Amino acid sequence: MFANLTSSLEFNAKALIIRSERQRVIASNIANADTPGYAARNLDFKEAMASANHSGQRPLGLQTSQGTLGSSTSGTSNIRHMALSGNTEGRLGGQNKLGYALQTQPSLDGNSVDLDQERANFVDNAVHYETTLRFINGQSKTILSAIQGQ
Amino acid sequence: MSMFSIFNISGSAISAQSQRLNVVASNLANADAVAGPDGKGYKGRQLLFETTAMGEDTAFGVRIAGVKESNEALRKVHNPSHPSADNDGYITQSNVNPVEEMVNMISASRSYQNNVEVMNTAKTLLLKTLQIGQ
Repeated sequence: MFANLTSSLEFNAKALIIRSERQRVIASNIANADTPGYAARNLDFKEAMASANHSGQRPLGLQTSQGTLGSSTSGTSNIRHMALSGNTEGRLGGQNKLGYALQTQPSLDGNSVDLDQERANFVDNAVHYETTLRFINGQSKTILSAIQGQ
Repeated sequence: MSMFSIFNISGSAISAQSQRLNVVASNLANADAVAGPDGKGYKGRQLLFETTAMGEDTAFGVRIAGVKESNEALRKVHNPSHPSADNDGYITQSNVNPVEEMVNMISASRSYQNNVEVMNTAKTLLLKTLQIGQ
């Protein structure tokens, strides 16, 4: 009976975890903005959320920081992307769910971090994180008022 | 809680950037240093950054892989009245290029600021997460 009350929170809880994983990936990119040879990573929220809800039935594709999700060809979200191999089980948004960001302005030292893009991603992700928090807060308030019956 | 490692990631970057700032400061301080009788002047130093895993599989910080001395030739300046001048009247100065170092300094300070902002945002988000249900 209690599961019925809390099951609605599960979706948002998953979203919150994936948002925090993505926040960490973007923080890694910003931290390594000056490291030679570092390849910028990104986490596709849509893909990660879909696989969290279907427990990894769908193969995950690489994605870019600015790419749009097209039709799925050979398990990737875009024709230009390489397919990821290996198991997609495990934690939400683990290493094998990470893609590499496309280089906008290639640099000589092999670093593919676009700092402006990453900052935009970071703020975007922070706002989405707070949005998810508000959803959870609202739902928990609803549940609490249902319990208290006031 | 995966967001806590953001403090480790950004912390490692802040530490690396502040070391870079230190190196820039010592390069600039020694930009006009004159070599002694042994002819060995100050050589500009550069840090080598390296990506390092921070425990969890999607967390990557920065660490200093080493310090490298610049191989550029030391500057020879004609100054016969200088006490350290050689027989032809030249003194040997460091090979530091102040313009390059200033650019390096600006880059380091911007990266430092970026990482501080990342830490602040992560802190705000975590504090808000703590307030769930209140």
